[in-house]
Amino acid sequence: MASVMASKVRQKRIAQLIARGKRLDGREPYDYREVQVESGLIERAEGSARVRLGKSEVLVGTKIEVGEPFPDTPNEGVLTVNAELVPLASPSFEPGPPDENSVELARVVDRGIRESKAIALEDLVVEPGKKVFVVFVDVYVLNHDGNLIDASALAAFGALMNTKMSNYEIKEGEVKIKPGYKPLPMRNYPVAVTFAKFNDKLVVDPGLEEEQVMDARLTMTIEKDGKVCAVQKGGDGYFTAQQIFEAGKIAREKAVELRKLVVKE
Amino acid sequence: MPIFCERRQLVTPGDLLAENDYIHGENTYRENGKIYATRVGLFYNEDKRVYVVALKSFYLPMVGDTVIGRVLEVTLGGWVVDIRAPYVAMLRASDALERPFRAQKDDLPSLFDVGDMLIAKVVAYDRTRDPLLTVLDRGLGKVARGQIIEITPTKIPRVIGKQGSMINMIKEETGCHIVIGQNGRIAVSGKSPEDESLAIMAIRKVEEEAHTTGLTDRVTEMLREKGEKTKKEVKEDVSKES
Amino acid sequence: MSQKKAEKLIDEKDVRIDGRKLEEMRPIKIEVGILGNADGSAYIEQGKNKILAAVYGPREIHPKHQALPDRAALRCRYHMAPFSVQERKSPAPSRREQELSKVIREALEPSIFTEYYPRTAIDLFIEVLQADGGTRCAGINVASLALADAGIPMRDLVSACAAGKVEGRIVLDLNDMEDKGGEADMPLAYMPNHDAITLLQMDGMLTGEEFEQVVNLALEGCRQINQVQKEALRSKYVAVKEQGEKEEEAEAKGEEEGEE
Repeated sequence: MASVMASKVRQKRIAQLIARGKRLDGREPYDYREVQVESGLIERAEGSARVRLGKSEVLVGTKIEVGEPFPDTPNEGVLTVNAELVPLASPSFEPGPPDENSVELARVVDRGIRESKAIALEDLVVEPGKKVFVVFVDVYVLNHDGNLIDASALAAFGALMNTKMSNYEIKEGEVKIKPGYKPLPMRNYPVAVTFAKFNDKLVVDPGLEEEQVMDARLTMTIEKDGKVCAVQKGGDGYFTAQQIFEAGKIAREKAVELRKLVVKE
Repeated sequence: MPIFCERRQLVTPGDLLAENDYIHGENTYRENGKIYATRVGLFYNEDKRVYVVALKSFYLPMVGDTVIGRVLEVTLGGWVVDIRAPYVAMLRASDALERPFRAQKDDLPSLFDVGDMLIAKVVAYDRTRDPLLTVLDRGLGKVARGQIIEITPTKIPRVIGKQGSMINMIKEETGCHIVIGQNGRIAVSGKSPEDESLAIMAIRKVEEEAHTTGLTDRVTEMLREKGEKTKKEVKEDVSKES
Repeated sequence: MSQKKAEKLIDEKDVRIDGRKLEEMRPIKIEVGILGNADGSAYIEQGKNKILAAVYGPREIHPKHQALPDRAALRCRYHMAPFSVQERKSPAPSRREQELSKVIREALEPSIFTEYYPRTAIDLFIEVLQADGGTRCAGINVASLALADAGIPMRDLVSACAAGKVEGRIVLDLNDMEDKGGEADMPLAYMPNHDAITLLQMDGMLTGEEFEQVVNLALEGCRQINQVQKEALRSKYVAVKEQGEKEEEAEAKGEEEGEE
C-alpha cells in the first residue's frame, strides 16, 4: 500500500488546492480528465470496449450464452455483471477472490444498466420460463488511477452497444445459429458520474491521489432522459442533502457529455 | 445561559449539551462552538465545565494506575497480560525480577504462569504501543490467596470513596486486605471466606447504588449487621485454634 | 407467498398493502443490551424485520496486519440467516451481503471516535433473522445502538430509513413487496445532529424533482427513528436514574427536618 499512498505533504497540497477551487492537475472542479473510448478490440467477445479515463484503464467484454431465466422473471433474459481488480492494475490489488471493492464496483455498474432497463431483456427469451439468453458483462480493470466506477460503467455501456448476437432459430427446442448478426437490443444509455467531497467542496472524476484525500464519494447514474437510476455513496465520510442535490444537477449535465462518446447521436 | 440540559439528565451520544463559553469535560466533545455528549450517561455541569458521567464505558490505561491482570501468554522475555482494556499489556522480565534476567537460567512460567492473576502498575503507555507493566513495587505481584471480582471501571472511584472513605471503611469492618485495580478488578483476601464474602457483598452494593447518596452509611450499617454474627464466630474459632 | 402481478400495492385511497399511509413507517420495537457476551448489543423488530446487532471492542486486532496506526479499524459483517427469507438462503456470504457490509460500515464510521483507539478493532455483527425489506437501514439502527451500549464514544447516533416510489406515489419505509414491485427504493442513513448523510443508495428511476422529494422524506423518517433510538437507550437506564432521584429526594427531606 505504501507505494500507492501519496505522502502527507502531497495530500495536504491537494486539500489546500481544492479548498481554493483548484485541482492538482489544473482541472476545474467539474471537469473530467481526458476520456477515450474504443470498441470491438476483443473479437472473441460478443462485444467489447476499452475506456481510458486519464490514466485509469478499464476493458469490458461481453459474452452471450443460453441459460435458464430467474424464477421470478421467466420472460426475461439474464444480465450478470462481474468485475475484477486485476493485480497488474495497481500495487494495492492482490490476487484472490473478489474483495468488497470489486463486488461494489460490479454491483454499481450492474445497477445502472439494470435499473435503466438499458437492455431489452424481454427480447432475449428463447423459450419462456425455460431458455433465455444470458448476457455476461465482465469488467476488467487494467490500470487504477482513480474513479474506476465511471470508467467501468462507460466501458460496460460501450461494450453492450458494441455487442452483436448471432441470428438464430429454434429447431426441436434447441437454439440453432444462422448466418448473420444483430445488435443486442438496447433501449437506454446509462452513464455514471462520480463526485468526491472535500469538506464543503465537490469535484467530479477524482484522480487516485484525490481519492486518498477525499472525505467521501457519491456516484449518480443518469439514464438517457435525465432520470437518476442508481446512486451510491462510498467512503467513510458524509454528504449534506444540499451537496447531494447539487451533485444531481451536475451529474445530469456531465452524463450528456460522456454519453456522446459512446452513442453518436 | 447556553446550556441545554438539566443536572443528572440522561443524555445519549450526539445530544447537544452546551454552547460557546464552556469547557468540555469527560465524555463530551466540542465542534463548531457546540458541546455534545459522546456516551450515554448523566449530564453534570460545575462552574464552566460540562461533563457526562457515563453509564457504561471500558478501561483505558493510564501511567501510574494499579491494575489487576491475568497472564495470557509467557513469551521469551516476559508475559502478555489481559487487563480488561482494548490493549493487552506487556510485563517484561526485567520489570518482574529484581536482578538481571538470564534467558538460559530463568524459568519464567515458574514465576508467573498462564492464568495467574497479578497486581501490577502501568509504567508506560502511549498511542504507539501496548501498555507496559511492572510488579517490582511494594504490594505488587501474584495474587496468591482470596478472590477477585470484576466491576464496571466507572464505579471504581465510588468504591474507593472520597479520600478512601468507602474502601477503608469496608476494610475495617471486614478485616480484609483489599487491592483495587483501576481496570475494574478488585482482589479481596480475608481471614476467612465469610469475611471475604462480606467485603464482596459491600463492594457489589456500592457498584449497584453508586449513583445514590448516603451510601457509605448504608454500607457500614449492612456490614455491621451482617458482620456481628461472623465476627463472633471467627473469634471463637481463633480462640479454639490457639 | 406468491403475489399475483395484477394485485396492486397501493389502492385508490392511497392505502398501502399492509394498511399503512404513504408516509407512515412500520411499527418499531427496539431493545438494547440483550446479549450477555457482547460488549454492546441491540435488537429491532420493524414490521416483519427481525435484526440483531452486536459489538465487540475496542479490542486487540487479529490478524495484526489489519491494524491501523492512527485509529481503530471498524469491521462489519452483515449476514442473513438461511431461514430469514422465503427461499432458503445459503449461509455463504453473497455479493449482496459483501456490498451491504461495506456500505453499512461506511455509514457508521463517521459517527465513531475511532481515532481514540489506534491499532484496535471494533467488530460489528449484524444478523438478519427475518427479512422484509429495508434490512440495511434497520441493521444500521441497531448497530448504532449496540455501539452506544458498548460505551464506545460517538459523535452522534446514526439513524437510517428508506423512502421510494411505488405505483407513482412517494412512500416511506418500503417493505419487501414494495421494494420489488415499486419504481424506486432509496435507503438513507443520517446523523441528525450534524446534518450528515452517511449512507445513500438508490435503485430504480426518479426524475430530479422526485429524487429530492424522496431524499427529504427519507430524512424525515430518519429523524423519527432517531427519537425511537434515544428512547430505547433511555429506557434501559431510566431505572438507574429514577432510583437515584428517589434517594436524593429522601435525603433532601431528611436535611430539611434537621436530621443528619
